[in-house]
Amino acid sequence: MLYGLIVFLPLVGAAVAGIFGHWLGNRGSQMVTTGLVTAAALLSLAAFWFVALQGQVAVVEVLPWISSGGLEANWTVRVDQLTAVMLVVVTSVSAVVHWYSIGYMHNDPHNPRFFAYLSLFTFAMLALVTADNFLQMFFGWEGVGLCSYLLIGFWYEKPSANAAAIKAFIVNRVGDFGFALGICGVFFVFQTISFEEVFQAVPRFVDTDIEFLGGHFDTLTALTMLLFVGAMGKSAQIGLHTWLPDAMEGPTPVSALIHAATMVTAGVFMVARLSPMFEYAEFTLMVVTIVGALTAIMAATIGLVQNDIKRVIAYSTCSQLGYMFFACGVSAYSAGIFHLFTHAFFKALLFLGAGSVIHAFSGEQDMRRMGGVWSMIPLTYALMWIGSLALAGMPLFAGFYSKDVILEAAWGAHSGAGQLAFVLGIVAAALTAFYSWRLLFLTFHGKSRADHDVLHHVHESPPVMTVPLMVLAVGAVFAGMIFAPYFVGEDPSFWGESIFVLEGHTALENAHHAPLWVKLAPTVVAVLGIATAWWMYVKRPEIPARLAAANGLLYRFFLNKWYFDELYDILFVRAAKAIGTFFWHRGDERTIDRFGPNGVAARVMDIARRATRLQTGYVYHYAFVMLAGLVLFVSWYLVSAGL
Amino acid sequence: MDWPILSTLTFLPLVGAVFILIARGDAEVVARNARNIALWTSGIVFLASLALWINFDVEQGGFQFEETAPWIAEGIGYHMGIDGMSMPFILLTTLLTPICVLASWTSIHSQVREYMIAFLVLETMMIGVFSALDFVLFYLFFEGGLIPMFLIIGIWGSDNRVYATFKFFLYTLLGSVLMLLGILWLYFQFGTTDLTELARAGIDPYWQQLLWLGFFAAFAVKIPMWPVHTWLPDAHVQAPTAGSVILAAVMLKIGAYGFLRISIPILPDATVTFTPLVYTMSVIAIVYTSLVALMQEDMKKLIAYSSIAHMGFVTIGLFTFTPSGIEGALMVMLSHGLVSAALFLCVGVVYDRMHTRLIAEYGGLVNRMPLYAAAFLVFTLANVGLPGTSGFVGEFLVLVGAFQDTTLVATLAATSVILSAAYALWLFRRVVFGALTKAELKDILDLNRREVAMLLPLVALIILFGVWPMPLLDLFHAPVENLIEQHELALNGLRGVGATLAAQ
Repeated sequence: MLYGLIVFLPLVGAAVAGIFGHWLGNRGSQMVTTGLVTAAALLSLAAFWFVALQGQVAVVEVLPWISSGGLEANWTVRVDQLTAVMLVVVTSVSAVVHWYSIGYMHNDPHNPRFFAYLSLFTFAMLALVTADNFLQMFFGWEGVGLCSYLLIGFWYEKPSANAAAIKAFIVNRVGDFGFALGICGVFFVFQTISFEEVFQAVPRFVDTDIEFLGGHFDTLTALTMLLFVGAMGKSAQIGLHTWLPDAMEGPTPVSALIHAATMVTAGVFMVARLSPMFEYAEFTLMVVTIVGALTAIMAATIGLVQNDIKRVIAYSTCSQLGYMFFACGVSAYSAGIFHLFTHAFFKALLFLGAGSVIHAFSGEQDMRRMGGVWSMIPLTYALMWIGSLALAGMPLFAGFYSKDVILEAAWGAHSGAGQLAFVLGIVAAALTAFYSWRLLFLTFHGKSRADHDVLHHVHESPPVMTVPLMVLAVGAVFAGMIFAPYFVGEDPSFWGESIFVLEGHTALENAHHAPLWVKLAPTVVAVLGIATAWWMYVKRPEIPARLAAANGLLYRFFLNKWYFDELYDILFVRAAKAIGTFFWHRGDERTIDRFGPNGVAARVMDIARRATRLQTGYVYHYAFVMLAGLVLFVSWYLVSAGL
Repeated sequence: MDWPILSTLTFLPLVGAVFILIARGDAEVVARNARNIALWTSGIVFLASLALWINFDVEQGGFQFEETAPWIAEGIGYHMGIDGMSMPFILLTTLLTPICVLASWTSIHSQVREYMIAFLVLETMMIGVFSALDFVLFYLFFEGGLIPMFLIIGIWGSDNRVYATFKFFLYTLLGSVLMLLGILWLYFQFGTTDLTELARAGIDPYWQQLLWLGFFAAFAVKIPMWPVHTWLPDAHVQAPTAGSVILAAVMLKIGAYGFLRISIPILPDATVTFTPLVYTMSVIAIVYTSLVALMQEDMKKLIAYSSIAHMGFVTIGLFTFTPSGIEGALMVMLSHGLVSAALFLCVGVVYDRMHTRLIAEYGGLVNRMPLYAAAFLVFTLANVGLPGTSGFVGEFLVLVGAFQDTTLVATLAATSVILSAAYALWLFRRVVFGALTKAELKDILDLNRREVAMLLPLVALIILFGVWPMPLLDLFHAPVENLIEQHELALNGLRGVGATLAAQ
C-alpha cells in the first residue's frame, strides 16, 4: 500500500493536472501535482527506513500486463535496497523541482501542462525503478523518454526546442533498439523475463553459446551487451551522448530533474540492477569500464570551452555519468549508485542554481554576457559554490566521498581497463574542477559583460526558488559523509541481495586499502584545477583567448563537441533521407508502378473515360453495377459447380 | 438451434441500407435521413456485436456461434462461425463504422444516400468475411467488400480518384483471379469448400505450393506486402476520410486474416516452405517503407506507408509459429486497426477545415487546437509503439517470437523502433508544433463535439489495451494454441507418410 502510493500519487497528480488543468488553473495544478509528489517523497523516506535500514524487501503485485506464449509480465511495485535508494533520489529531487518550478515558471501560461508532464515523468521513473521484470523496466524506460521528449519540446514555438526533443527521442530509441532485442534474447534464453527467475538461472548459462546474426557468442556477454546499448542511450554515454547537451533547450527545472538527477542515471541503475548478469560477463564489464572512462574524459574536454552555462553543466553530467559507469564496470556497483545518489543532489543544485542565475539575468544563458554580479545575488552565488565544491570532490562535501571511492575502486580493480579508467578519471577530475570554477568566475566575477538594462534587473530569486536550493545544498554537503559508511563501507550488507558481486571481483574491497597517493590524488588535482581556473579567469583573464588562438585546432575540436553531430548528420540523417527519397521515386514510382499497374492502367483508363461519360450523375448505375457484379459472381459459381 | 447471431449481425446493416434506399423527400431531407439511419443502424449493430464478446467462451479453441445451412451445392454450404482470432475483428468493424458515419457527417454532401448505403454494405461484407467458414462464402465477402470500396474512392474521392481506383482494382483483380482458380481446384479435388474440412484434407505438398502462391497473391496485395503495395498510398490519398479509415483499419487486416484462416491451416507444408519468402518481403517492407514514409509530403501518404511497415510486423509474427509471434501479430492487427483509423481521422479533421493534406501547409496547430494536439499525440505515440499504448504490446510480442526463430529477422524488424519514431515524430513536429505563422491557420477551430465523440473512444481503447491487453490476449490463447498444434500435427503427419513411403 505504502509503496503503491509512492508510485501512483504522481500519476494521479499528472492525470488531474493534465485533464482538468483547464479548470484548475495555474495555481490549482501546481498545488495538486506538487502536493502529491511531496507526499510521495515523504513516504519514500518511510520506505527507505523499512527497506534499506530494516531490510524488509517488499513486492506488491498490481495487475497482470502481458501473458503470451510463456512470457509473463505484471505491473508490480518491487522495493529492495537498491530501489529504496532510487525512490529517495527520485521523489525528493522531483518534489524539490516541483516547488522550484512554481517560482521559475510563474510567467508561463502553460503551467498545468508543465506540471502534468513533470509528475508523469516522476511516475514513469518510479515505474522503472520498482520493476520486477524487464518489460516494466522498459515501460518506465520509454515513459521517461517520452516525458523527456515532451519537456525538452515544452516551448513548442522554438524550432530549436522541437529539434532537440526529436533528437533526444530518436537517439534514445537507438539505445532502446538494443534494449528491446536484449529483452527478446533474455526471454529466448531463460524463458522468463522476471528479474528474480533470470538471476537465479544465470549461473547455469555461464560458458554457453547463443547464435546471434549468424555468429556464435557467449550467451551472457551477448545479452548484457545488447542491454548495455540501452543504458548507453539513456545515460548519454559516448556515441549516444549527442542528445543530452541539446536537451538543455527545455526549461531549467527539467534539466535538473530529468537530465541530471534521475532519468539519465537510469542506465547506471540498470547495470546495477542487472549486476547478477553483468558479473558473469567479463567482456561486457570491460566495455562498460572503457565506455564510462572515455565518456568521462570526452565530456570534460568539451565542457572546458562551452559558453552556455547550462551546456557546461550538461557536459559535466555526461562526464559524471561516465564515472558511475566505470565504477559499475569494475564491479563497484554500490560506488556507482552512491555517486548517482550524491550527484543527484549537487547536480540538481547546480542546475537550479544556474536557473536562478538565468532568471536573474532575464533569460540570458551565455556566460560571455554575464559576470560581476556575485554581490547582487549572494545566496545563489553561495549555493553555486556549494554545488561546485561537491562536484569537484572537495573534502567533506558529498562528491568527495563518492568520487574518491570510484577512483580508488578503478585503481583497485588491478585490470587494464581499470587502470585506464583510473588515469582518465583523475584527469577528468582536474578538468571538472577547472570548468566548474571557470563557470563560477565567468558568471559571478570580473567586470560584468551584461548590458545595462539586464544588469539593472538582476535580483535574487523568490523564496519558493531559493528554499528548494537550500534543501538540495544540505544534501550536497551531508549526503556523502552520512551515507558513505552504509553505501560503500567495509560491510556490504546494506545492499542485501539487490547488488551482486562475484567473489573474485574485489575492486571495492581493494579500494579501502588503496595507498595514500591514490586517496589524495583526486583532491590534489581538483585543487590544481581550481587554481588554474582562478589564474586564467581572475588573475590573467587575457590568457584563455590566447590559448584558444594558439591551439586553434584543438579548441575548435572541443568547441564543436568532437564533431559528433556533423558526423551523424552525414552518416545517418542525410543518408536516411536520401535512401528514403531513392526508394520512393526510383523504387515505388519508376520501377514498381511503371512496370506494374501503370502500363496496364493506361490502357484501362481509355475505356474508363468512355465509361464514366455514360455514368456521371447516375448513381443508380453504380448500384446496378454492384448488383450485377454480385449476380455475376454467384452465377459463375453455379456454372463452375456444374449445376 | 440458437438465434443465428452471426447472420443477424452480418446482414443487419443491409436492413438499414434498405431503409435509406426507400427514404423519400427532397435532397436535403433524404441526406439527413440517410445520415441518421446510418448512424442508428451502425450503432445498433455495434451494441449487438457486444453480445458476441459477452457470450464468448475464451477457454474454447474451436469455433463458436456456428451456423450451417445448405447453400449453393453439396460441399459449398453456408457456414459461419468465429473463434477468438476473428471475433475482435468483427468488433473492430462494428466500432469503426459508426465512427466513420460521424466522420462523414459534414464532409460528404453529394449523394449522401448512396454513400451511406455503400458504407453499410461494406460493413456487411467486413463482418461476413470474418465470420465465413466456407471458402466460397469467404471469397464472396472478400470480393464483395471491394465493390463498395471502389465506389467510395471512385465517387467521393479527391481529384485523382479514378487513377487510384483502377490501380487498386488492377492489383486486387490479379490476386482474386488466382485465388478463385485455387478455390475451384480445391472444390473439384475434394468436393468441398468448407474450411474446417479442407484443413483435414491433407493436400499433396506439390499442389500445396501452387495453391499457396495463388492465395498469397490475393492476400499479399490486400495486406499489402512489398512490392505489391503501391496501390495503398494512392488509394488512401484519394479516398475520403472514412474510406481511408475502413481501408486501413479493417480491409488491410483481411489479407493477414486470410493467411491465418486459410493458408496456414490448409496448406501447412507450403507455409513452411515459403516462410523465408514472407520474412524477406516483410523485413524489406519494414525498412523500405519506413524510409519512404520519412520523406512523404502528404500526411495521408505518410500514414499509408507507415501502415505497410506495421503490416510487415504482422506477417513476420504469423510465420514464426510461436504463440507470442502469432498473438503479437493479432495484437498488431487490432492495435493498428485503432491507431491507423485514428490517424486518418486526425488528418480528416484538419482536411475538412483546410482542404489540404500537405504537411507543409500546416504548422503550429497546437496553438489553436490543444485538444486535437493531445489526441494526435496519443495516436502518434501508439504508432511509434510506445509501451503503455496498444501499439507496443503486439510489436514487442512479434519481436519475441521472431527472435526465437531467427535473430536476423528480429534485429532488422527492430530497426522500426528507430525509424517509426523518426517519421512519426517528424510529422507531428511539422504539423502540430512550431509557431502558428500561416495566415490561413489563424482561425482554425479545435475539435467540435462530434469529433471528440469520434476520437475519444479510440484514445481510451488505445491506452486501455496498452496497459491491460489481457482481455484480447486471453481471446487469442486457445485458438492460437490450436492453430500451432494442428500445424505441427499436419507437418508431422506428412513427414510420417513420407517416411513410410521412403521405407517401402
